[in-house]
Amino acid sequence: MTLTTAQAGGATAAAPPQVTMSGAINRALHDAMTADADVVVFGEDVATLGGVFRVTDGISRDFGEDRCFDTPLAEAGIVGFAVGMAMAGFRPVIEMQFDAFAYPAFEQIASHVAKMRNRTKGRVNLPIVIRIPFGGGIGGVEHHCDSSEAYYAHTPGLKVVTPATVEDAYTLLREAINDPDPVIFMEPKRLYWSKGSIESAVAATTFNSFGRAAVRREGTDVTLVAYGPSVDVAMQAASAATESGWSVEVVDLRTLVPFDDETVVASVRKTGRCVVVHEAQGFAGVGAEIAARVQERAFHSLHAPVLRVAGLDIPYPPPKLEHLHLPGVERVLDAIARLQWDDDADTRFLANISANSSKGGAV
Amino acid sequence: MTTETSNPLPQTVPTDRPFARGLMPAPMPVQFLDAAGHRVGVFNDDYPEPSSEQLVAAYSAMVVGRRFDIQAAALAKQGRLAVYPPSHGQEACQIGSMLALSEDDWAFPTYRDSMALVTRGIDPVQILTVPHGAAHCGFDPRASRTAPQSTPLATQLIHAVGFASGEKRKGRPTVAMAFVGDGATSEGDFHEALNFAAVFKAPVVFLIQNNRYAISTPLSKQTAAPSLGYKGIGYGIASEQVDGNDAMAVLAVLNKAVAHARSGQGPVLVEAHTYRLDGHTNADDPTRYRDSDEVDDWLRRDPIARLETWLRHEGLIDDAFVASVAQKAEAFAADLRMRMSVDLPVDPMSLFNNVFATPTPQLLEQRAMVQAELEAEEASR
Repeated sequence: MTLTTAQAGGATAAAPPQVTMSGAINRALHDAMTADADVVVFGEDVATLGGVFRVTDGISRDFGEDRCFDTPLAEAGIVGFAVGMAMAGFRPVIEMQFDAFAYPAFEQIASHVAKMRNRTKGRVNLPIVIRIPFGGGIGGVEHHCDSSEAYYAHTPGLKVVTPATVEDAYTLLREAINDPDPVIFMEPKRLYWSKGSIESAVAATTFNSFGRAAVRREGTDVTLVAYGPSVDVAMQAASAATESGWSVEVVDLRTLVPFDDETVVASVRKTGRCVVVHEAQGFAGVGAEIAARVQERAFHSLHAPVLRVAGLDIPYPPPKLEHLHLPGVERVLDAIARLQWDDDADTRFLANISANSSKGGAV
Repeated sequence: MTTETSNPLPQTVPTDRPFARGLMPAPMPVQFLDAAGHRVGVFNDDYPEPSSEQLVAAYSAMVVGRRFDIQAAALAKQGRLAVYPPSHGQEACQIGSMLALSEDDWAFPTYRDSMALVTRGIDPVQILTVPHGAAHCGFDPRASRTAPQSTPLATQLIHAVGFASGEKRKGRPTVAMAFVGDGATSEGDFHEALNFAAVFKAPVVFLIQNNRYAISTPLSKQTAAPSLGYKGIGYGIASEQVDGNDAMAVLAVLNKAVAHARSGQGPVLVEAHTYRLDGHTNADDPTRYRDSDEVDDWLRRDPIARLETWLRHEGLIDDAFVASVAQKAEAFAADLRMRMSVDLPVDPMSLFNNVFATPTPQLLEQRAMVQAELEAEEASR
């Protein structure tokens, strides 16, 4: 199942035209470049080819090589070049071809992109959008499927955004390009071909989604918090959970930074139970932060510990094993079942820690 | 769409002379003045001699720059600064680079280029806010057309390239002067910056101040290249090497390099051979990695004495002028001493002001917490 605005709106009139998420991003780039002559797009293979996912298809044709150009194959160079271009007055929208290929640029991102405004007391701001196709589920080989959002969310000065719907892909990217601060825009690869309508989003004149999580489905028993590619999984699990009599609410964060504590906490206060779902490895991941924030703010509303359904703490597996790594509907349902609906302690997956050993250790 | 099928392999070596000798640097560093300050001609045919006015200005700026450097090092020894990376001995490079630029050009310096920033006209107190501990960058980069001094080495070179390329795209004739030392030529960003600059024909001048040491690591452990000036060739960048303690040669080469970049012919790489007479910082002990004989050798190639000798010989300066410059330098240092004797004001709430254009709700919470802590501290006094 893929989320569409038609589902959300329940329209009965003539169905609005459907576009893919990659098409929505392409349209957002087109519209942003039409609206502002300082918006430029560059990266590896983005011009003539239109990007390996064709997200930038036709941009250089329509806006010329001055505004959409291919660069040498060097990610630190691309990001550093964008820093300089932004200092000269441009609003660069740059592409890292794949999640793991952005790592060479990490110093530029963490030491310069994230800090320039701060270290210059606000005199030099960097309105840069770094687009990163991320996550797995497409049968990609190693280094092509990482979920790298925690690295960026941990770095003060970066906004971190990831759309879960086609409409949000358009809206959030337009807002990211308008933002005066650098934005890491993480595009869930496996949703590139999902479909939805962007008609109302394109008609909007202002965008106001940053820091505002969306309640994708209302429920009363459990809150599933998810973002990007995991929202779809959470929605499927929520549907399936009705068979067990659970009414599940799904919160789509949309932006990890800024984080919408208000919407998440309001939902958990209502439901009393919370599961965080994400594809990235769980250890020290964004889900840990969310679980901490929820219990810091809604402890007395919780009937059970906040659980996480995350990727395994392993390097991203080869394609034929990725289904075991990725959070799926069954694993989410299992987590929901473990939310202490009765007084029986659930110790199935706890490490066997000796009570007398200060070292502990799994057996 | 372009189809690149012709000339699968390069057939000939380029024979045009985009700079001095095609892309090649001179086989020996370009020199106008020998170590004693006598006029010589070492591979300098391609470079017009700098004007008398520029040379006299360079002399004055070197004297003031050196006095600033000595003063800042003293402030560090006295504990007024947490640290100071001196550049004593590199005056010709730092002053020459700035005097070769026009007012609207930009500089992308490292932490060691403080003398260059003084020459640029930036308030020395603002330059020293970083080691003073008051701010990450004390000056306004836009007002002074100077990027913050970069500590992650070579990372700012690619900013210079993007900036210069952006200025060119905006139709502005700006040149960017990008600073790097010998050690940082080993960093990946150095190579990415050169490549991007060449591909996009960015109006950038890369100035390598080869001062022979990266903290303690000598050039011989940094590179096997015959000269760092050769590192531009592989990227298609016109390159040169120059005696970095000969202010006349530095100015001559950089004047031409800046003009070359401004004319749209692309970037230039210049290696200036010089020497860091002091330690890496006041915390360094250079006697652990080099002999005093070597330092004495380089003291005999003092850039200020060389230029002074020649300017006096030409009758362009006299005792009275030299005395007046020395006096100006002393006044500059005295003013700096006085202003650095008081703590610079810091605002605790400034911690939160510029993380984002608009603080996140989480930052507002943390600001409220720190504010409450400070108020409680104030109340308990």
